[in-house]
Amino acid sequence: MSDKSRVSAVTMRRAGKVVDAIGAPLQAVMKPTRNLGFPYRAPTVPRGVEVPKEPAKLGADFDTRWARKAPARAARTVIARGPLQLMVKIIADPEVLGTDRLSDLIELGDDAPPVIFAPNHHSHVDTPIMVTSVPEPWRSKLVVAAAADYFFDTKVKGTAAALALNALPIDREVTGRKSSDLIRDLVEDGWSLVIYPEGGRSPDGWGQEFKGGAAYLSNRTGAPVIPVFIDGSGAIFGKGMKRPKPGSTRVVFGAPLHPIEGESTRRFNARIEAAVAALGDEALTDYWTARKNAAAKTSPKLTGPSYSGWRRQWALSEQRKLGAAGMRRRQKRRWPDLG
Amino acid sequence: MPRPGFVHEVDRSTPPVLFWRGENFSLEKLPAGRSRVIYPPEPLKALDDIDGAIVHALLNPHGQDPLPAQLFPGMKLTIAFDDVSLPLPKMRTPDIRQRVMEAVLDMAAQAGVDDVHIIAALGLHRRMHEYELRHALGDRIFDAFHPRGMLYQHDAEDHENLAVIGTTDHGETLEINKRAADSDLIVYVNINSVPMDGGWKSITTGLASYKCLSHHHTGETLQNTKSLMGHRKHSALHTSIWRLGMVLRDQGPKVFQIESTLNTDMFPAPFDFINKREWEWTAKDRATYLGTTTALNRMPTRMARKMFHNIEAPHQMTSVQAGDTELVHEITLEHVYRQQLVPVEGQTDILTLGIPYVCPYNPDGIMNPILVMCMGLGYLFNMYRNKPLVREGGVIIMTHPTYREFHPVHHPSYIDFFEQVLPDTTDPVVMGQKWEKQYAEDEWYRHLYRTGNAYHGVHPFYAWYWGAHGQQHAGKVIIVGGDAPTVRRLGFTPASTMDDAFEIATDVVGRAPTITHLHVPALLVADVS
Repeated sequence: MSDKSRVSAVTMRRAGKVVDAIGAPLQAVMKPTRNLGFPYRAPTVPRGVEVPKEPAKLGADFDTRWARKAPARAARTVIARGPLQLMVKIIADPEVLGTDRLSDLIELGDDAPPVIFAPNHHSHVDTPIMVTSVPEPWRSKLVVAAAADYFFDTKVKGTAAALALNALPIDREVTGRKSSDLIRDLVEDGWSLVIYPEGGRSPDGWGQEFKGGAAYLSNRTGAPVIPVFIDGSGAIFGKGMKRPKPGSTRVVFGAPLHPIEGESTRRFNARIEAAVAALGDEALTDYWTARKNAAAKTSPKLTGPSYSGWRRQWALSEQRKLGAAGMRRRQKRRWPDLG
Repeated sequence: MPRPGFVHEVDRSTPPVLFWRGENFSLEKLPAGRSRVIYPPEPLKALDDIDGAIVHALLNPHGQDPLPAQLFPGMKLTIAFDDVSLPLPKMRTPDIRQRVMEAVLDMAAQAGVDDVHIIAALGLHRRMHEYELRHALGDRIFDAFHPRGMLYQHDAEDHENLAVIGTTDHGETLEINKRAADSDLIVYVNINSVPMDGGWKSITTGLASYKCLSHHHTGETLQNTKSLMGHRKHSALHTSIWRLGMVLRDQGPKVFQIESTLNTDMFPAPFDFINKREWEWTAKDRATYLGTTTALNRMPTRMARKMFHNIEAPHQMTSVQAGDTELVHEITLEHVYRQQLVPVEGQTDILTLGIPYVCPYNPDGIMNPILVMCMGLGYLFNMYRNKPLVREGGVIIMTHPTYREFHPVHHPSYIDFFEQVLPDTTDPVVMGQKWEKQYAEDEWYRHLYRTGNAYHGVHPFYAWYWGAHGQQHAGKVIIVGGDAPTVRRLGFTPASTMDDAFEIATDVVGRAPTITHLHVPALLVADVS
């Protein structure tokens, strides 16, 4: 027998002894339970019977509490300041304006009250843009109201949205008591919220009428609403686009709006919509023109012109020429310029 | 509750006191038993709701109808504002001027006013750079008005765009910007850093021509201005300006004056030790001081200057009032004194002053030797009410490197003034008679003022006149740590150290003089009894 094979046999023998040494007591411990069976062990399934899967808690019931705990927050900070910020810079290159309007609150630092950001919504890129553009002290304690039926329809999507964006599942159509109670509790805990009052992405490039979610939540929680206008994101990854087309965007923050005592949610919502429309006007024209239009109540509507069909699309391409998206990467005209 | 200012009698346990030395500091030990240090009051609390206070002031003005009631479609509205010389250091954005102006523009938009012009009231100061306009007014206003030619800077040499309003009974002609003169309403947006500012001075100097300013910006007038920061009746300059103000009130366009005051929170961390009393410096403050001075000693002056001029002060608004110019200004003065006044008993033989890196005439520029004189004798010496801190014939000791360096873009005429006028005379009256006209009418200086970013050709004279009273009042002026030939050119005495300066001063004030140090920052006005 060679030296090499002798060493191998010795090794094998020693390994066998170790397995015996561990295995024997383990078997001794397992033996009683093996004999006990159900209910100490899982039941056996009879043949021909299909056990229904336990319904996963998806949609508005998706549990996101874990995403607001310290380990998830630390992970999110890394994600938001690293890959997410880089992705937003490459795809949307946002120019952030108007944060000076929030300077009085920013100065308060950690004592700044929680607020509700109410931007217009044209694209899936809007949320990453907001998450990376909202100034501190709110950025690090920000939740995003996300459509429960879209972002939380599978466990993987919901987990990813909750971890990366701190998304919170919200019903689009009605702000249910459960959601609003949750948000109230979060605001009381100092969390700020991004909610899209339009309820979803624009279907045709123009905005949609604001639903009362932001106004209702502000009334309920006392948190001021910060109107925000995001320009250019629709051209980057609007509804119906298969993949993003990198371009530039502009994010304009407005002055905080507080609910006035006795003001109905509907009226407050109209005020928020008007403020976002005025910011949109400011982003596309200039401050003075926008203020004059706002004073005369002639700010261009977010929902676009009332006529339909091709003229609506035509007007949209004209508007995009003025916007941030048009400035860096001109949109192609859909029809020839006839003068 | 912020503590009021106070006078500290120096004893043997008093630590060395902080002095500015241009773009650096030093700690100087003052003689015990006969020295005192005047510490400024701590910064007052800023207004809680600044934007709300501004709107309230516009809707509840003093002696006039609310601003919205004075605005109507088709009117000519001119908004004028204080230039880059205020506040110092520049404030964190948003600047007060932006906040006030946005509130005014909101009301103008509501009233349907289309014809709005915004004018930087810079008098004979240099034109502001674009970044300075953006800092003062914000990007929104700049981007909306500047490209359309509705935001511009006053030009005191554009004779086609100047208009004579009238003449005082002393023969002083009030000539101001034509657009402002033709307006239905001028809204003036002011920042009052010191009591000298504001009131009728805002428009009658900020929007005036050289011809108009030359009535009161003279050596004689400034020599007779016995109290620049105190009672107006003791200031020949303000008496003349107020006469012009009466002409504006009676014969000119309607003026809606908006004045605001700031607290004296002038330096952010890590430089906040500058605002503190030395015995309250923490270990961190001491480490910061040592680190800062060591770094500044090794750093090129240019870099140190850049670093200091980049500081944005955390000072914030303590009051805002609007309406009739005189009524508003009286309230403003109350607020300024509330922040800055320190009661002081009696005068002193020697006044010591640390001269900082900046004065109202070199924002983002170089503190040249003429401005050292202007800051020391024109501003800091004048920070008193009733009577000067130093007795007549006493000694003023300043600390500054007084390098012979000038900003070629901002101060071209200062260079020639230093080389041509000062070797001839340092007497403000003589230089005014002999040299002023030549500099004021020089075509090249005029061109640089109108098209570049240069102070007007006559401005070094005005800076020199500003110190005329101090120069006349003091028996000797000593500069510690300055470039000796440059200091001598200014007509002052150089000294290497503070002890040397005290020794030199004994010739004038004897062996055991009393010494008072004005601790700046922050700003303070000594109410000398």
